[in-house]
Amino acid sequence: MTQSDKPKWQELEIGCLVIDPGSTRYYKTGDWASMMPVTDPERCARCGLCWVFCPDQARFRDVRSGAYDVNKFYCKGCGICARECPTKAITMQEVTD
Amino acid sequence: MPRRVGMEVSLAVSEAVKTCDVDVISAYPITPQTHIVEQLSEMVAEGHLDAEFIMVESEQTAMAACCGAAAAGARTFTSTASQGLQLMSEIVFIASSLRLPIVMVLANRSLSGPLSIWGDHSDVMANRDCGWIMYFVENGQAAHDHVFISFRVAEDHKVLLPVMLNLDGFSLTHVIEPHELITREALGDFLPPYVPAVQLDPAKPVTMGPASTPGMFTEAKKAQEEALWGSRAVIDEVWKDFGKRFGRHYKAVETFQTEDAETIIVSMGGSSETAKTAVSKMRAEGQKVGLVSLRLFRPFPADDLRRVLSSAKVVAVCDRAISYGGPGGPLCSEIKSAFYGYPAVPYIANFVLGLAGRDVRVTDFEKIARRAEELAGREEPAPYEIIGLRE
Repeated sequence: MTQSDKPKWQELEIGCLVIDPGSTRYYKTGDWASMMPVTDPERCARCGLCWVFCPDQARFRDVRSGAYDVNKFYCKGCGICARECPTKAITMQEVTD
Repeated sequence: MPRRVGMEVSLAVSEAVKTCDVDVISAYPITPQTHIVEQLSEMVAEGHLDAEFIMVESEQTAMAACCGAAAAGARTFTSTASQGLQLMSEIVFIASSLRLPIVMVLANRSLSGPLSIWGDHSDVMANRDCGWIMYFVENGQAAHDHVFISFRVAEDHKVLLPVMLNLDGFSLTHVIEPHELITREALGDFLPPYVPAVQLDPAKPVTMGPASTPGMFTEAKKAQEEALWGSRAVIDEVWKDFGKRFGRHYKAVETFQTEDAETIIVSMGGSSETAKTAVSKMRAEGQKVGLVSLRLFRPFPADDLRRVLSSAKVVAVCDRAISYGGPGGPLCSEIKSAFYGYPAVPYIANFVLGLAGRDVRVTDFEKIARRAEELAGREEPAPYEIIGLRE
């Protein structure tokens, strides 16, 4: 969800109530990120170190290619994966609205 | 004409709360508010008021319990003063953000230290950005009446905000005054039963008080700010209805002898009555002096104030609190900003008086009017002055 998809102030429930139980399922913590990792599958050595180090379990292995990628719904953009990647396959890129 | 009863103002407030048929009172005693809640606890204990009186261990819990009760759909009342307000402060801000129509009487008392139990406005002014509707009253009758007015405004679905009714500690709470008490029969349908917009209900779960990320917080605060400004129309409408039914008319900005006044004194709360006596005396001596008593502090009636004050040459704003290291008295700085960018700005002088119950006398207001006129003749704007300071 980008800034423009979010409700306007006039659309909020009174007192900022949440009237939809269980709605945390739709809570995209990936919204918090100001930087997102971008992985180059050619350079990815499939070692899984990014998966090991990710504090949010937001790295996953693509079953078909075997390369690792990011779950943008949960990734908060901390950059640990990019720092730890031994082949420098991951670069952090700024999130634009 | 209804019978007038001589009664301590605190007890007249308790009588009004009883007549409003509140469901929950959650409070912790603190001077000078004690008589209000003490009397209510007796009313509940003796079966004169069918309400839950929650005896809590602190003001923080008092307000937390009020929030819970109001969220569950109960008409809820509390009262505190000074340090008590500071201890509950955390939840005071939450009550308004949750849009819960709690009514609180604040028996205005100075904040420590030095420790003081006497009255001034430092308690409410320290919390002036808490998002509540704030009334000030100048006598017992207005205090009694505004309990009903507060509940009616708070619970209106176009408002749904907590209301703080400011009542000067001791100089109002502990004096005996004549009151026309509003009975249940006389009240009629002025105050309909409280119907919550949304309430806590296990059958229909909602989350009240969720966390917010930076992406949503700004919008939530804008909605809250607009709700407080939006309450003004209802506030005026309720005063009008009250006047029609009970014959006592209230306004956001009360005026006395302001039409042709060259100097206007601005005051809030009980000392306005003393100022009125001073104005009458000065008028009898031929001085063109008037008085503005501010009844509504939030939402701030800037337009109304400008309308009344812009015809004066000199305005003397009386504050019963200091904004330390800031522009002087909080009321005066708000009145000055109300004039910024407008033509016809009178000279605005600021006086601090009546801190921690120090007597505010008729002669003090006479001095204030004279001093303000003197300051207006100078070239440089003067800083605020403290009345009666030994130096």
